[in-house]
Amino acid sequence: MVCSKRLPFFQDRIPDAIGVLQAAGKTVALSSLALVTLKRERKMTAELAEMGVEIEINDLTALAHLPPKAPFSVGPLVNVYNESTLRWLGARGAVRICLPPELPLDSIATLASAARDNGVEVEVWGYGRVPLAISGRCYHARLHARPKDNCQFACEDDPDGLSVLTREGQPFLAMNGVQTLSDSYACMALQVDALAQAGVSSLRLSPQTGDFTKICGSFRDLLDGRLSGPELVNRLHADTDGLRLSDGFVRGARGADWSAAATP
Amino acid sequence: MEIVCPAGTPASLRAAVRAGAHTVYCGFADETNARNFPGLNFDRAEMREGIAFAHGHGAKVLIAINTFPRAGAEGIWHSAVSDAADLGADAVILADLGLLDYAAQNHPALRRHLSVQAAAANADMINYYAETFGVRRVVLPRVLSVPEIAAINAETEVETEVFVFGGLCVMAEGRCSLSSYATGKSPNMNGVCSPPSHVDYRKEDGELKARLGGYLIHSAAEDEPAPYPTLCKGCFTAGDQSGYLFEDPVSLNAEQLIPQLHKAGVTALKIEGRQRSASYVAQVVKNFRAAVDALTSGQPMPAGMLARLSEGQASTTGAYKKTWR
Repeated sequence: MVCSKRLPFFQDRIPDAIGVLQAAGKTVALSSLALVTLKRERKMTAELAEMGVEIEINDLTALAHLPPKAPFSVGPLVNVYNESTLRWLGARGAVRICLPPELPLDSIATLASAARDNGVEVEVWGYGRVPLAISGRCYHARLHARPKDNCQFACEDDPDGLSVLTREGQPFLAMNGVQTLSDSYACMALQVDALAQAGVSSLRLSPQTGDFTKICGSFRDLLDGRLSGPELVNRLHADTDGLRLSDGFVRGARGADWSAAATP
Repeated sequence: MEIVCPAGTPASLRAAVRAGAHTVYCGFADETNARNFPGLNFDRAEMREGIAFAHGHGAKVLIAINTFPRAGAEGIWHSAVSDAADLGADAVILADLGLLDYAAQNHPALRRHLSVQAAAANADMINYYAETFGVRRVVLPRVLSVPEIAAINAETEVETEVFVFGGLCVMAEGRCSLSSYATGKSPNMNGVCSPPSHVDYRKEDGELKARLGGYLIHSAAEDEPAPYPTLCKGCFTAGDQSGYLFEDPVSLNAEQLIPQLHKAGVTALKIEGRQRSASYVAQVVKNFRAAVDALTSGQPMPAGMLARLSEGQASTTGAYKKTWR
């Protein structure tokens, strides 16, 4: 989804992964590339439509190749900011839309309401570093003084992205090749009730290094009422030293802000 | 080639037209355009007069309605499109799918250009916008090299417009939330990036420190000029390196690439800077008009005229040269 040059490392294993997940009763969606410029990227995006599983579009290039009315989902990098756009995508075949992470709760509620009327489910970025920007330039390659076309996979040692600090040592962002992520991990633990009330039907959890299965389980416990929001937050902090969380976007504040900043 | 010039105020519009602009682009004074700064942009009466002035001088006016309409408040954007049609704008510049659909359905005769904020970076996507919404021109995102632009033009009937001068976005436009992460205000939602309301300059430890939303973006010796703290052009640390990790404080100047862009099939050259003064706009427009006229008459490009107008005195040709990536 971020960089087509990474694909050869795992491409062959995608069919097996799909099989394992489907056998376990999971719905699988394949995500399209976020910024498509090269010929092979266009070809790859066109071929995605023939994979036989749900496609999540992250750029309209993918839409150009999907048959009319074929169901698809929409990723967080497609700009769905209002009801007209949501309705248009719904009429085109969208069944689930993960909203842009920067949207505040009142917009989310308005969109979720329009989604309900159009048979579309709304998803919100629930956990993990937030995708903030995508570029034609690779910042990892730039950092290593290499051209992008000969990057020698400068990003491979930073699976969570490489921390970007201010000159005062304040953690701020993370570079992930052509993508820029937030330093903080978004966490909707304390917003779940408000999001559910707004009509949001799912949370997206983005994997970071660590016991991701456990994190998924904790969010399941939260949604099923076996764990409270603050308990989940405490559990996340207990499992990861120095974890910085954020939920400012949903609250209409700075994206980096965290509503329980005093939580240990 | 057509020169498309910025007009943040009626005075800039007149200055650009007098300086030889073929086309000016401007926006209404509200959140519908991506330069929603205090004191900038046009009310409806000013827009009417501006269009009359431009048309009287044989120039066209494009109205940028290129933010993403706010949920629950789309009426503001719909009125902007309808008013643009009523006022006689030559085209609207749109980015949002829903708004493109609205314009195509309700004002089919109003020419639609696809804003750079839609980041349409390949021929498949551009043609899809053309087939679906009748888009006639696309402003290309600043992520493409000149050969890639040529390849796009070979595969589409849609006219292409490219930025040649001014502030440079390093990220794909319309797909960046860095500003709202630090300040709560973003280009997509509010039409602002790294807004002045969240900038703090402070003298500390013999340095002038420029912060945005509390994050240190630049520090300079007290007697040095401190650049404006635009987030992606800040000085940061990653691993064992410190510096301008995303982009140096440079601005775009592709003046010398005009012949190549022409050869690549580009229809229009766009100058950034609706926030700039009328005299700046006039000077830049004059230079670019001279360059395009030189091209038409087979003369060499005039060299280096614009360097001193560039931000921080340094300029780049950006993604047009592949090594930028």
